[in-house]
Amino acid sequence: MIREVSFAVPDDGHGHLAEMRVDPIGLFQRVYDECGDIGRFRLADKDVVLVSGAEANEQFFRAPDSTLDQAAAYPFMTPIFGKGVVFDASPEERQQMLKNQALRGDMMRGHASTIEAEIRRMVADWGDEGEIDLLDFFAELTIYTTSACLIGRPFREELDASFAQHYHELERGTDALAYVDPYLDIESFRRRDAARERLVELVQGIIDRRKARGAIAREERDLLDVLISIDMSADYITGIFISMMFAGHHTSSGTASWALIELMRHPETMAAVVQELDALYADPDGTGRGEVSFQALRSIPQLEAALKETLRLHPPLVILMRVVAEEIELAGHTIPVGTVVAASPRVSNRIGSDFPRPDAFDPGRYLDPRQEDLQNRWTWIPFGAGKHRCVGNAFAMMQMKAIFSVILRDYEFEMAQPPEEYRDDVSKMVIQLQQPCRVRYRRRTGSSASRAPLAGREADDPS
Amino acid sequence: MSYRVVADLGLCQGHQMCQGEAPGVFGFDADTDQVTVLEEHPDESRRPDVLSAVTYCPAMALAIEEE
Repeated sequence: MIREVSFAVPDDGHGHLAEMRVDPIGLFQRVYDECGDIGRFRLADKDVVLVSGAEANEQFFRAPDSTLDQAAAYPFMTPIFGKGVVFDASPEERQQMLKNQALRGDMMRGHASTIEAEIRRMVADWGDEGEIDLLDFFAELTIYTTSACLIGRPFREELDASFAQHYHELERGTDALAYVDPYLDIESFRRRDAARERLVELVQGIIDRRKARGAIAREERDLLDVLISIDMSADYITGIFISMMFAGHHTSSGTASWALIELMRHPETMAAVVQELDALYADPDGTGRGEVSFQALRSIPQLEAALKETLRLHPPLVILMRVVAEEIELAGHTIPVGTVVAASPRVSNRIGSDFPRPDAFDPGRYLDPRQEDLQNRWTWIPFGAGKHRCVGNAFAMMQMKAIFSVILRDYEFEMAQPPEEYRDDVSKMVIQLQQPCRVRYRRRTGSSASRAPLAGREADDPS
Repeated sequence: MSYRVVADLGLCQGHQMCQGEAPGVFGFDADTDQVTVLEEHPDESRRPDVLSAVTYCPAMALAIEEE
């Protein structure tokens, strides 16, 4: 018998659901603390078995889709994507997509320049100093980068901040009450459904303009043109786009925000990263070595280590779930068909025996010879692990490297609120930064040769 | 000290990054869409390339085993 975790918030008839809606991380951590590598909590009418530690995690992540089904485990996504739009492709389909589509290795350089251009557009009206809200800023930026890279630049050019605002309402519509009924009549679900309708209208408008414009040359088409040509409805196309962008949006937005927060909280790490970037982009011989689109695909060790440590401490997804489709053995227990099983990146990433001083921000973990990510492949899991390991992780790391290459070269940042007041809003399954999360920036006034303008900067510079 | 290059085909997603990092050590099987290890015991001089391939494998499917 797998042990059930205690209650910190009284059972209101839905088991641990009430706690999941206010403190999911506390719940998952307590499962590990009380029950060890395998424990159990109740979510509405379902038992959720949570595994932790390298051995059980490996069993969980290596299980084939025929044994552990991912699609059925996330009922809160169905109203967001729309009926008939799948949550995630099978490993075989993913492999096929990789080969043919936007995430292919040789597409990355183009994506890196696209992302660089999008960041420059976002900061073009910044002036010499000011203040931003991290959630608003990065959520909007990553709408543009994910749409431009994954769907196409012509589509991205049709979007403005309103798309990001509606998209945000979708992400807010992920209350764990969806495990009772994803169509309950509650405020956040009503806003979710209204936002999806607005998005369908926006996409319908784009489709109408494309149809009025008529056919264009094959090489100028983006994914939207292709989907229109096979007569898909605006509703279905919107669902596909929402699902394509979902995995890359709140995850990248949150990671960029937390990376900047951790760098501001740790000035010595910030200094090392800025120094590394200054040296990298110095380009004294004018060979173009100093271009972001070139360097973002290459090794930037200090920045990468800071990003990895950010991901370890603040994994964008705190729980990964599957439904048992064929009986499976996990941590010595046989788990029956129909059970929900889960692994928690938030819990596993902080297991003390794998990550000494687990709560400390220590980018040195990833440098030789420690390499705590490679040493702990089944517990360092901000991207998940196994066949379903985030297929966009190389894209995501490149995007982070491009973002910080641009903003840290041109600006200095400081916290506009006490360091401990940056925190996540964990009341929804999609975790986002709690507002306010304000940061001040000031244009750098460095005088060294490293401050030579980047290629393309002049065009975007408001001065 | 010699080393052995190991690829876990249960994890490989076919990103093909390793071929760029360490050409000649890693190849690609177009039928299975998965990595092939062309050189299981590369020369010591190739170690930095192989390490790079291990570090940047998006599927964490590669490893170096010391022998």
